[in-house]
Amino acid sequence: MICVQNLDFSYSPGTFQLFVPRLDVASGDLLAVVGASGSGKTTLLNIMAGILAPNAGMVSIADSDLSALTDRQRRHMRISQIGLIFQGFELLEYLTVRDNLLLPYRISAVLEMNDDVETRLERLAEETGIADLMMRFPDELSQGERQRAAICRALITSPSLILADEPTGNLDPDNKQRVLRVLLDQVARHSATLVMVTHDHDLLGPFDSVLDMREYHGGPPI
Amino acid sequence: MKSIIFLALRYLAYYRWKTGVLVAAISVILFLPLSLEYVLDHGTERLRARAQATPLVLGAPGSAIELMLSTLYFESGNLAPLKYALIDEIHETMLGQAIPLQVKYRVGDFPVVGTSPDYFDFRDLKITNGRRLALAGEAVLGALSAKELGISPGDSVITTPDTVFDVTGTYPLKLKVVGLLQPTGTQDDYAVFVDVKTSWIIGGTGHGHEDLARPEASGSVLKRNGKDLVANASVAAFREVTPDNMADFHFHGGVADFPLSAIIVVPRDVKAGVLLEGRYQNPNSSVRVVLPSVVIDNLLNTVLIVRQYVLAAITFVGVATLATVALVFSLSIQLRRSEITTMMRIGAAPMRIGVILGTEILLVLAASVFVAGIAMVVVNAWGDALFGWILMAGNL
Repeated sequence: MICVQNLDFSYSPGTFQLFVPRLDVASGDLLAVVGASGSGKTTLLNIMAGILAPNAGMVSIADSDLSALTDRQRRHMRISQIGLIFQGFELLEYLTVRDNLLLPYRISAVLEMNDDVETRLERLAEETGIADLMMRFPDELSQGERQRAAICRALITSPSLILADEPTGNLDPDNKQRVLRVLLDQVARHSATLVMVTHDHDLLGPFDSVLDMREYHGGPPI
Repeated sequence: MKSIIFLALRYLAYYRWKTGVLVAAISVILFLPLSLEYVLDHGTERLRARAQATPLVLGAPGSAIELMLSTLYFESGNLAPLKYALIDEIHETMLGQAIPLQVKYRVGDFPVVGTSPDYFDFRDLKITNGRRLALAGEAVLGALSAKELGISPGDSVITTPDTVFDVTGTYPLKLKVVGLLQPTGTQDDYAVFVDVKTSWIIGGTGHGHEDLARPEASGSVLKRNGKDLVANASVAAFREVTPDNMADFHFHGGVADFPLSAIIVVPRDVKAGVLLEGRYQNPNSSVRVVLPSVVIDNLLNTVLIVRQYVLAAITFVGVATLATVALVFSLSIQLRRSEITTMMRIGAAPMRIGVILGTEILLVLAASVFVAGIAMVVVNAWGDALFGWILMAGNL
């Protein structure tokens, strides 16, 4: 599903540098990415999503080499095949939960809204326990409810890859476990691949593999 | 496009107060110059029309504008009076028709216009209910003064005394309303018309009281010397002209000396007009002649200059407001950077996000144009009423 080879990235010369010689994530796998703050976890996720372009090396998602794609193609791939979950939820405050969940369909012409989407929306809301909150605005929700809504937004397009950037980072311990359960349950239902950044080692149990960013922070071997 | 409009509308609806303030600010900026232009154009047209329909006006020496306001708009200023003898003088020249005007008193907020029946023909004022003036003590009301006072023929109105504390001032006179005029859209709609003799009675030049020659009046008589009688203050003056007391009303002094505020002169023809104008253009004359159209044109030229200044000020304020609105949009986009970033990370094209933000701005502008348009439609539909209200407000 994901193949990274000799990935080399830095924001500008002489600053932070990320080097990943090899990383393979099979379809349906659960990969946790751990590491201290500033170790490049989010940067790696952004490169996998095609938001950032590496200085060198190759990243391919579902056999598509991201560096060979145009910006437009990368955007299309991102919105149709990748679900993104953010630490800060990033729900639009002026949209109801329902409209937030349908946001990918509103901001891109690639996706087409149809009855299947409506059905999927209702099922997702039901399964994640936010069916009763659909007409509320984000500021009327608890932190846990917001993150469950954000998970639903990431899954509404039935993506094959979920990239979650510390999705439990803003949650209390009870909500952490609940949200993680919802996320893993949904990933399993969708047979999706999950790459989740976290600095919480208590959550690593269910993951197939763990990538410790300390190994890759500092640049390629000379 | 549907999704773009949906998102833009959701944003504007959620921040409805901000949206409302922006729409209101832009609407005002659009509406102000347009409405000002309309009101001024409409007002100018009406001022010119009334002035052009009034060939010549004679008045006492003084402000030509004050004379115009008194003659055309029944503003009772501080004009010195003319003598009624001038009416006969003009008629004797055979050069035109002279219509007396005595504008000094009021019924509440409405001017009492003392004139002759010729005024109604001159202004083409038609009675819609009742009849014309026939006797002293009668009044014919303009359409709007009748409406405002809630008066019908057969009812009465009472003139407003100058001051409650001045025992030598004018006393209220009860006037019997005998007719109502059709609306004309001019200042005539706001007037209470009476015969010029009635206006003199209101002013105290003419009055009525019990016949002191009768035996029952002897208690008030202090001295009899042939036909001359001297009475004390117990003689009560009538405050209403009725068929019973009409014969007791009389004027002291000669009619020729009775006051008028102005005389409208309708020359027989152009040549007669020129002759009449020349006749009273002597700077040493106790009468001045003015051509209303010239006076009003001069006044409007001043208004035109003021209009340019006002429009320039509005334009300046408009530019400042639009700059502020642009700043608000710009700051709003800055504040929404996180939202924009989220949409881009999910997969939105920068162009599409730009279109969403642009649509929000366009919707605000469209709503502002709509609101300003509705306001202009209202001003257009109620233009006559609005202008009448402005004129009436000027009289209050």
